[in-house]
Amino acid sequence: MAKQSLRGKVAIVGAADTEVGVVSDLGATQLCVDAARRVLDDAGIKKEQIDGLITCNSMAEPYMYHAETIAEYMQIFPQYCMAIGAGGSSTFSVMHHAASAILTGVCDTVLISMADSLRSGLSREQAMLVQASTGHAQFESPYGPTVPAYYALIAQAHMHKYGTTAEQYAAIAVACRKHAALHPAAQKKDPITVEDVLESRMIADPLHLLDCSLVSDGGSAIIMTSAERAADFPHQPLYLLGVGEGHSHEYVSQARNLTTSAALESGKRAYTMAGLGPADMDFAQLYDCFTPTVLIELEDLGFCEKGEAGAFVESGAIELGNSLPVNTHGGLLSHCHPGNPGSMYHLTEAVFQLRHQAGERQVKDAEVALVHGQGGIMSSHTTLIIGRERD
Amino acid sequence: MTDHSGKIFPRPSPETAVYWDACREHKLMIQQCHSCNHFQFYPRIMCTQCMSSEVNWVQASGKAEVLSFTIVRHPVSKAYAEETPYVVALIQLSEGPTLMSNVIECDLETVAIGMPVEVVFENWSEEISIPKFKPAE
Repeated sequence: MAKQSLRGKVAIVGAADTEVGVVSDLGATQLCVDAARRVLDDAGIKKEQIDGLITCNSMAEPYMYHAETIAEYMQIFPQYCMAIGAGGSSTFSVMHHAASAILTGVCDTVLISMADSLRSGLSREQAMLVQASTGHAQFESPYGPTVPAYYALIAQAHMHKYGTTAEQYAAIAVACRKHAALHPAAQKKDPITVEDVLESRMIADPLHLLDCSLVSDGGSAIIMTSAERAADFPHQPLYLLGVGEGHSHEYVSQARNLTTSAALESGKRAYTMAGLGPADMDFAQLYDCFTPTVLIELEDLGFCEKGEAGAFVESGAIELGNSLPVNTHGGLLSHCHPGNPGSMYHLTEAVFQLRHQAGERQVKDAEVALVHGQGGIMSSHTTLIIGRERD
Repeated sequence: MTDHSGKIFPRPSPETAVYWDACREHKLMIQQCHSCNHFQFYPRIMCTQCMSSEVNWVQASGKAEVLSFTIVRHPVSKAYAEETPYVVALIQLSEGPTLMSNVIECDLETVAIGMPVEVVFENWSEEISIPKFKPAE
């Protein structure tokens, strides 16, 4: 059988976020359902029209079978139902699984809803336990690494190899905060400077507090269907033009390369499917658990040469109004970071931008965007390219 | 003597028992493939280079260098508070494989990428000794 490309075959017809930040009146399960309710409203459909459901598990309220639990809670009866566990954050890698299910007739309309309440739903001890369970149980965790420490190992290696500076990492946090200030729901909006980042307390050298993402509550959801059916929905459909994954390791001590990630492969795969390149992207939504994550993604996704992302971000290129706006909602660094669902906000923001609904932070005439998620410690990568035009 | 109770203790499995038994005797063991001579860490039932199942344990020289490092200023749990700040590093053994460890017995600010180090063992209990690294003499 000939290989069939997913390009232009499915579309996003609904997108919605819950309230984010500190949401103490809703638990993780309720946030997941709230996101689902909101996205059904956005897409103008009833829950009976959903025949595929994808969720991710929650740390605050974990279930043995998460998607099935949410389906039961909402009293929906899908014919395609799964919970994704893609490490921290490549949760939206499920988009191409959903796309494949739609194209092969397994289901027609897929709801992807993800939420967690890391801020209000976990005690400090529980949060520490989650952190301690990130590394290899025998060969990493005994040495006392923290999550920032894992990324600091990568940041330090990039500085050593390419001369990247702490000021350059800080410029990423500054850009994200500027964008968050324009987002009505963002958790952190007070402007910060490079000096503020460098003067914030050191967590794990070279990462300061403001190089690290937030800890938040929140949920986010999208609805996908075939390109043909997409025309029946109220909003401009956004077509999936390219998708690619790349996986290089699970534990950072086994990384085949500290400074070049498998975003190189996921990006190439997505660009090839889309028939587009980095220069075609009007903006990019890049996973930003820590500032160096963004810097390495900019290089590996081809927005600048290897080793030159430091100068690129320092020039202001990633700020709204300049050549490649990045994380126009403020990202995990300033909008919110509820754990596993974190990368979903990069995706819903791309939807709002491409529908031209982003208000003050609108990227003018945005047509095509790249969205990138990453899980583990620069381990698992998914790149999506979505756009307004199907062909 | 430092109290290590409350720290994250490794729990040896059948696959890793040889490694932790050797650590107790202050020997660092890695695997070498009988077919292609490839060295690897952590222990596995297969050679990651040629898929041979004939992987043998050999004692590593203990000579290594710092591949990357960070100084952890906020410990992962209370049990690590006493030794905070501490260096978490990726260590490349002279045989090739990379592992995570702490660099100890030196001024933390002198740790650098490329720094030559050598293995030293820290006794956590009767059963468990942990390989760490100090600047090479």
